[in-house]
Amino acid sequence: MVPTNYYLILSAILFGLGIVAFVFKRNIITLFMAIELMLNAVNLAFVAFSQSLGKLDGEVFVLFVIIVAAAEAAVGLGIIILTARNRRSLNVERVDLLKL
Amino acid sequence: MTGPIFIFLVLAAVAIAGAVSLILYRHPIHSALSLIVVMIALAGLYLLMGAEFVAAVQLIVYGGAIMVLFIFVIMLLNAGEEERTNFSTLATYGGVPLAFAIAGLIAAALSRAGTEALPAAAQGGAVSSTRSLSMLLFSEFVYPFELTSFLILVAILGAIVLAQREN
Amino acid sequence: MEFLYKYAFIIVPVIKIAILVFIVLTVDAYLTWLERKVIAHIQARWGPHRVGPHGLLQPLADGIKFVFKEDPIPAGADRFLYFLAPFLTLVLAVTSLAVIPFGPGKFTIWGYTTTLSIVDLNISLLALFAITALGVYGIALAGWASNSKYSLFGGLRSSAQMISYELALTLSVVGVLLLAGDLSLRGIVDQQYIPHLGFLSWNIAGFGKGYGITQILGFVCFFIAAIAETNRVPFDLPEAESELVAGFHTEYASMKFAMFFIAEYTSMIVVSCLGTILFFGGWLSPFPDSWTFTHYLPSLLLIPFGLWVIFDGMRYETIFGRIILPGIGTAIAGLGIALAVIRPLNDFAQGPFWLISKVLLSLLIYIWLRGTLPRLRYDQLMGFGWKVLLPVSIANVVITSAVMFWRMPR
Repeated sequence: MVPTNYYLILSAILFGLGIVAFVFKRNIITLFMAIELMLNAVNLAFVAFSQSLGKLDGEVFVLFVIIVAAAEAAVGLGIIILTARNRRSLNVERVDLLKL
Repeated sequence: MTGPIFIFLVLAAVAIAGAVSLILYRHPIHSALSLIVVMIALAGLYLLMGAEFVAAVQLIVYGGAIMVLFIFVIMLLNAGEEERTNFSTLATYGGVPLAFAIAGLIAAALSRAGTEALPAAAQGGAVSSTRSLSMLLFSEFVYPFELTSFLILVAILGAIVLAQREN
Repeated sequence: MEFLYKYAFIIVPVIKIAILVFIVLTVDAYLTWLERKVIAHIQARWGPHRVGPHGLLQPLADGIKFVFKEDPIPAGADRFLYFLAPFLTLVLAVTSLAVIPFGPGKFTIWGYTTTLSIVDLNISLLALFAITALGVYGIALAGWASNSKYSLFGGLRSSAQMISYELALTLSVVGVLLLAGDLSLRGIVDQQYIPHLGFLSWNIAGFGKGYGITQILGFVCFFIAAIAETNRVPFDLPEAESELVAGFHTEYASMKFAMFFIAEYTSMIVVSCLGTILFFGGWLSPFPDSWTFTHYLPSLLLIPFGLWVIFDGMRYETIFGRIILPGIGTAIAGLGIALAVIRPLNDFAQGPFWLISKVLLSLLIYIWLRGTLPRLRYDQLMGFGWKVLLPVSIANVVITSAVMFWRMPR
C-alpha cells in the first residue's frame, strides 16, 4: 500500500500551490478557485489520516468540508457577481475603495 | 514499483499539473477546467485509499455542482483574460525559491519521521464502507449534520437575496 | 497461455469493452433509424424507405455524409474547448456503460470467472450518478466555446436544466435504495428477485424482499427526470431546431455534431438500462420461475422473425436485399434454434434477453413521447423541475421510509 507520507506531501504541495495562486492572480473568480484548491488539499490530508488510523471520522469531516465549501461558493459567487456588476471589472486590485 | 504506488504517482502528477496550470493559465475558464482536473485526480486518490463514498461525493458535489457554478459565473460575467504585468522582483526571485525551500523542508521532515510516527495505510475497503460511514454520520455526528442542512438553507436564502434585482 | 492467464485481468475487460462499445454504437445508429421510422408512422408518413430495404442503410448513409461534410470552426472560438466538448460528452456517455450489469451471476470461460458487466463495483449506482453529473460540462463548454450567442444561451439553459433535474433523478432513486440496502446495481436486482412471484417482485409492484412499498411514484419521477437529463422532448428546448437555431450545437458540423448525437442516444440507452434495473427487475423474467416453458420465449420470438427477414429480403433485387438480409435472417433464426436446442446457452441467454427487451420497450416509449408531445417552454420546464418534481421525489422518500418503518418488526 501507499505510505501515508506520500499523501501528506502531495496535500502540502497542493496547499502551497493554492497559496501561490491566491497571491499571484488578480481575477476574483480565480482567487476563489485557489481557495477551493486549498480546501481540496486539506480534504486529501483528512482522508489520508482517516485511512491510516482506521477510523472513519476523517471522512465525515471531509463530507462537512465539501458541504461548507458548496454553501460558501454559492454565496461568494453571488457577491462576486454583484461586485463585478457595480465596478465593471473583475480585477481585485480595483476593489480597493469602500465607496464606488 | 508496485501497482498502487504507480497509480498514486500518476494521479499525483495529474493533480500537481492541474494546480500548476491553474496558476499559469490567464483565462479564468482554463483555470476552472484545470481545477476540475485536480478534483478528478483527487477523487481517484480517494478511491485508491478505499474511500469510495467520499470519492463519489467529491465528483458529484464538487466536480458536478460547485465547479459548474464557477463556470456559469465565468460565462455570465464574460470574464476575459488577465493582462500581463511584471511581478515584483522580490516575489519572483525571493519568494518562489523560498516557497520551494519551505515545501522541500516540510516534505523532508514528513518523510523522515514517517515510518514510525504514522502506521502505513491500512486495508482500505474493510474500513470505510458506505454503511459504516452513514452509521457514524447519523449517530455521532448527527448534530453537525443537521447544522449543515441549516447552513445550506441560509446559503440558499442569501443567494436569492443577492440575486434580486434592485427595484 | 500462462502469460494470458497472468494478465487476464486486463485482457478480459478490454475484450468486453470492445464488444460492448461495438454493440452499443451499432445500436445507436439503428436507434436513429428506428426513431425516424416510428415518428414517421406516428405522423402518418413513411420514414426512410429508399436507402436500402426499409431504409435500413440510412444510418450508414448518414455516417458517410458526416465524414465527408465540411467542418468549419467559428471565428474567435476557443479552439481547445471547441474540440474538447463533443469528445468529453461522448466519452462520459460511453463510460457510464461500464458499470451496468447485463445479466445475472458469474460465468466461466476457459477457467476465468467473470460477470456480465465490465466492472462490478459495489457502488455502481453512485458511480453512474457521478458520471452523469460530470456530463454537464460537455454541454456548457460547447455553448461557450462556439463564440455565438445562440450557442451560449442554449448551453447555459441546457446545463441549468440538467443540474436541476439531476436532483430529482437522484432523489427518486433513494426509495429503491432504501428497499435494497445496497448501492450496487447487481444488489438492487437481487433484492427484486423472488422466484415464485414473477413481475410482482419488481420494485414497480413492490413485493420484493424486505419491507417495502411500490415505487410507482419513484419511477414516474425517475422517468421524467431522465427525459430532462438526456435533453429529449418534451424537455429539449435548449437544442430545439426551431427555437434557438440548434442550441448549444449550432456551430458544430459533421463529426463533432455526430459525436453529440451519438452521446445523446447512448445516454438515452444508459438511463433506459438504469430505469429497467432499478424499477423493472433488470434481467428478471416477468413470469414465475416455475413456468419453465417460458424459457423458450426467446426462441419463439427469434425464429419467426428470422424467417420473416429471410423472405422479406428475397423481395428486393439489390445485393443488400438478396444476399445480406437473408444472411442476417438466417443468423437470427439459427440463434433461435440454437437457444431452443442447447440448454446451457438458453439459461445463459435468459437474463440478457429480458433486459434487452425491457430496454427496447423503454426506448420505444422515449421515441413515442418525441412523436407526440409538444415541448415545454423554458420557464415552465424549470418551474416544473423545482416546484413539482423535486417535492414529489422527496415525498416518495418520506412515504417509502414511513411504510418501511411501519412494517418492520420492532
